[in-house]
Parts: sequence; C-alpha cells; structure tokens
Amino acid sequence: MSQNRSLEHFPASAPTAVMAETRGLWKSYDEGAIEVLRGIDLTVQTGESIALCGPSGCGKSTLLHLVGGLDFADKGEIFVEGKPLADGNRALDLLRHQVGFVFQLHNLLPDLTLMENCLIPAVAAGTRRAMAEERVRELASRMGLEARLGSRIQKLSGGERQRTAICRALMNRPHLLLADEPTGSLDAKTADSVFQLLLETVAADGLTLLMATHDRALAARCQRTIEMRDGRLLEEASYGSL
Amino acid sequence: MILRLIITNLLRHRVRTLMSIAGIASSVAAMLTVVTILQGAVGMFSGLLASDSESIVFEKNVSDLFFSEVPGNALGQIAGWPMVEHADAVVFGIVSSHDQPVITCFGITSQDARLRKATWIEGSAAEFRSEGQAIVLGERAAGFLHAHRGDTVPVGHGFFPVAGVIRTSNGFEDGGVFMPLKAAQQFFHKDGSSVITVKLRKAEEVGAFKARIAATYPNLTALENQEFDRTYSQFRILKATAWAVGGCGLLLGGFGIANTMLMSVFSRIREIAILRVNGFSRLQVASLVLSEATVLSMIGAVLGLGAGSVLLIAMKYIPALHGYVDASLQPAVLLLVLLLALLTGIAGALYPAFHAMRIRAVEALRFE
Repeated sequence: MSQNRSLEHFPASAPTAVMAETRGLWKSYDEGAIEVLRGIDLTVQTGESIALCGPSGCGKSTLLHLVGGLDFADKGEIFVEGKPLADGNRALDLLRHQVGFVFQLHNLLPDLTLMENCLIPAVAAGTRRAMAEERVRELASRMGLEARLGSRIQKLSGGERQRTAICRALMNRPHLLLADEPTGSLDAKTADSVFQLLLETVAADGLTLLMATHDRALAARCQRTIEMRDGRLLEEASYGSL
Repeated sequence: MILRLIITNLLRHRVRTLMSIAGIASSVAAMLTVVTILQGAVGMFSGLLASDSESIVFEKNVSDLFFSEVPGNALGQIAGWPMVEHADAVVFGIVSSHDQPVITCFGITSQDARLRKATWIEGSAAEFRSEGQAIVLGERAAGFLHAHRGDTVPVGHGFFPVAGVIRTSNGFEDGGVFMPLKAAQQFFHKDGSSVITVKLRKAEEVGAFKARIAATYPNLTALENQEFDRTYSQFRILKATAWAVGGCGLLLGGFGIANTMLMSVFSRIREIAILRVNGFSRLQVASLVLSEATVLSMIGAVLGLGAGSVLLIAMKYIPALHGYVDASLQPAVLLLVLLLALLTGIAGALYPAFHAMRIRAVEALRFE
C-alpha cells in the first residue's frame, strides 16, 4: 500500500457532532518548570481522522493522554462526547471503555496469548466471555491474525504485535481511537501495512482517530494534520500540504 | 480471564509465591496445632468433671479448682435432695515425683464413674476402697512410676500401695493417680472436697438445683458443664492464649503476604498501567491484587490445615503425649482458622492494593 494513499480511499463518516474538545488546556511537569501544553484549543469532529505532527517533546503525546483521561490538565477543560473529564470522576472510568489506545510500543502482556490480551478491555467492561471472544475473532480476522489467536505475544512478529494492539484497542467498540506513534517501532513496510489496516478499520467503523506521529507521510493520509510546536497548535494543514 | 491473570502472576515468581504460601501454611499449621492441643486439654479437663454428671458445684470466685473448698457436709446434704440422682465429691491435687513435675491426683469415692468406665488392666474396681489407702494408677502414670498392682509407690511426700491400673481415653486421668477420698483429704489437708459433681434425675431441674445451691450455700456456685466450660477463668485464659499464639503466627504469615504482594505490585507497575489504559478501574486493579492474596492465603491455609492435621495425628502416637492430644478437628476451629488466614491474607494485601490503585498509567508507560 502506498503511503500517499489519498483521503478518498478512506471516506470518514460525515462529522455530525463534536467527539472531543479542549479549551485552554495547560499542562506542565516538575511543578511548572516544564510547560508541555500551553493553552490548547482543539475540536475533534466525530468521525474525522486527525494527525498531530511535531518534534519530540512538543506535547503531542501529552495531549493524547489528557484527551484519553490518562492524565489531568493543570488548567483548562476537556470534553469527550460532551462530557467533562475531571480527576476522580466516574466518567473517567466509563470513558476508558469508549476510548481505545494504541501506543508506539504495543504494551501487550507478554505472558498472555493474543486472545487473552485482546480480552482485557472486555473483562474491564464486564462483557460476557463468549461475546468478547467472538469480538476478538472478528477483529483478528480483519487484522489477519485469526491463525495466531492462541499464540503468546513473544511468538508474534512486531507487525503482528502492533495489529494485536489495534485489535485490543477496538475491543469495546470505542468511539475515539487515540494512537501515539502507532507504527513508530516498525520498519517502513510493516508500518505501512499496519497503518493501512488501522485507517481501514477507522473508516469502516466510523471511528474518530486522533494520532500523534513524526511521520508526515502517515499524517498526510489523515483528514486533518495539525502541527504542534512547544506546546501550542501552530497551524492546521490539509493533507498533502506538508 | 481474571483467574488467568492471577495464576500467571503467581507463577511468574514461583519461589516468591511458594515462600508466601509456606509462610501462611506454617502459620495456619501452628495455629491449628496450638488451638487444637489447648482445646483438647480444656476438653479433657472438663471431661474429668463431666464424668457421668451434668453439673458441678464448687467454691464461688476461685481462680482455679485446685483452690476450691467445698464443705465436707455438703456432699451428704446435696446427695439427699430429691432432684439429685447422685453426687460425687472429688478432691483435686497436684504432686510431683523425681522425674515427673506434674502428677494430677484425684480423690474419689469407690462409686465414682471414672472407675466404672475405665478399662482395668490390673486389679478391679472392687479393690478400691473409699476408706482405704490403696490407690489406682492411670496406665501412663503406672508407666512412669514403674509400678504394678501390689507395689508401693511414692506419691509426693507419701507412699501408697497400688490396687490397680486403669486405661482411660483422658490424658489427665491416664497420667493421674486416683486416691481414696479420705486419703486425698488427709494428704492435701482438705476438710471437704474441691468440687461435687452432680447428676440430676431430670435435666430440666437444673435451674431449681442451681437456685437451691445459691440459697443453701452462699459461698458455692453450681454450673452446668457447658456453662462451666465457657466461664471457667482457667479455660478462658488457655483458649485466649491459644488464639493469641496462633494469631501471632498468622500475623507473621500476613506480613509475608504483604511483602509478596508489595513486591509483586512494584515489579508489575507497567502491567498494571496497561490494565488501567485498557479500561481497568482502580477498584478492579485493587481487586486483582486482593484476589491474588486470597488465592495465596487459601492455598496456604489448606496446606497448613493438612500439615497441622498430620502433626496432630503424629503427636497422638508419641507415648509421652498419650491422651493429651485430641487430634479430632472441630469444624468450628477449622472454619475459624480458614477465615483468619483469609482475612490475614487480605489485610496483608491492602496496602499493596492501595499502592496499585495509585499507579498513574501515563507515568508508568512513559518510561518505555
């Protein structure tokens, strides 16, 4: 699959509502010594795919973590599907079933099989075992992993691991998929095929994708590309302009 | 799936897991052994008193029945009450010999149920006279005194002819000396007896009997056997000691669990972060840690119960302990020990679970 695949290959569902929104988001570490985000205002429409681009340390991952409820802002507001996020908020735990994460490193549990790793979100959500296993089989089939369901993670290749991570992220049919350098640890060819699968799935399921990446070619395959520098959103470029 | 996560984690550090299980198992075995032995001792002692009787009369407010003084004339009066089928006076005393620090002596009458119920190895019940000097030895006492029927043995500061040797299932009796009541009164300088054991014609008259004792003898008290078991201060001290010693052992096991679970949480911060990122709530993470501790505790408890039971059975066959160890496990004790082991395991895992709950996924995953 070409890295220059154009947007029309992945028609997103028409944005009809706001999936996520941040207002004046500030985040710093070391008691304010390191400012990572400086007043981020971002609106993510439902069904669109957005790539956050920028150099290391510009705040891409932090922004994803905040939107996904993994971390908390010093200042500002975050809304996911219209619901505000706050520390200790019950909405946060509920949100974790509506948001899927894919990381640069697969973050799979090495002692478990592919099937068991994918079942983790379903267990957390209290889904019935049979139904959850059926969902894993369906996703594994889409990702070309059906023959590897019983394999331990150590036995899988890098690409298979990352595809497994995508399966796991999609287990609870999330509305929002947050991907942090999802192909960053893969070689170019594998990265291309994995990203292709990711985009196809996002498009087919009508998901909203917010992705952090260094890879401008990958970014170009999303509907929107947003450039970040020093904790700020610099510009918004349509795909292909970067 | 949760079970799979638990088992995977426990198997990941097998030695650590085994050490924790061993800690709980030895604590449970120690607790079971101590509690069972002391409860057995209490049971044996109360069995001494309950021989063919259901009530016991003794001096009010004494800390130990050895110090109880029931007036000599009380036996005749109580035995004459219409509600009483029979009443037996018993003198308790303790002496020692050159190699036995404690020999329990029972001053009894020739009608005493103990002599009737025992298996006579040498001699017969007919040869035991309430008025005489001849004593009867328990089988184990005969062993350590190297005595047979017809011998004269030293007991304390006196010498007594042996009328017979009996076998009983009670350790105290088996290692004890049965003296004629009058000889025992003389020997232990008592005018009356330590206790009077009473069998009533009708069990439902026990209330009236107790009231009559209280009215007739203000310095005495009458208790039913079960009531006596519950309230006798020596029994309560023994039972409390047993549970306290066992509890200390279990506490050590709990610290072992705490250490194991804390190490487990520290070494799995990344794994816990992954679970959190994939939807596990703080409560679910804590439940996972607590469940692991529960599994450890339960395996340890079951192994400990097994080891404790084997130990008790083995002790039963040690000649010196014959009759002292009651290896029959009481369901209530088993249940309580299991429950305590479970609670200890959970208590030990509380801090590790709390720590696991507080793991910030984003920080744990940042250091990839």
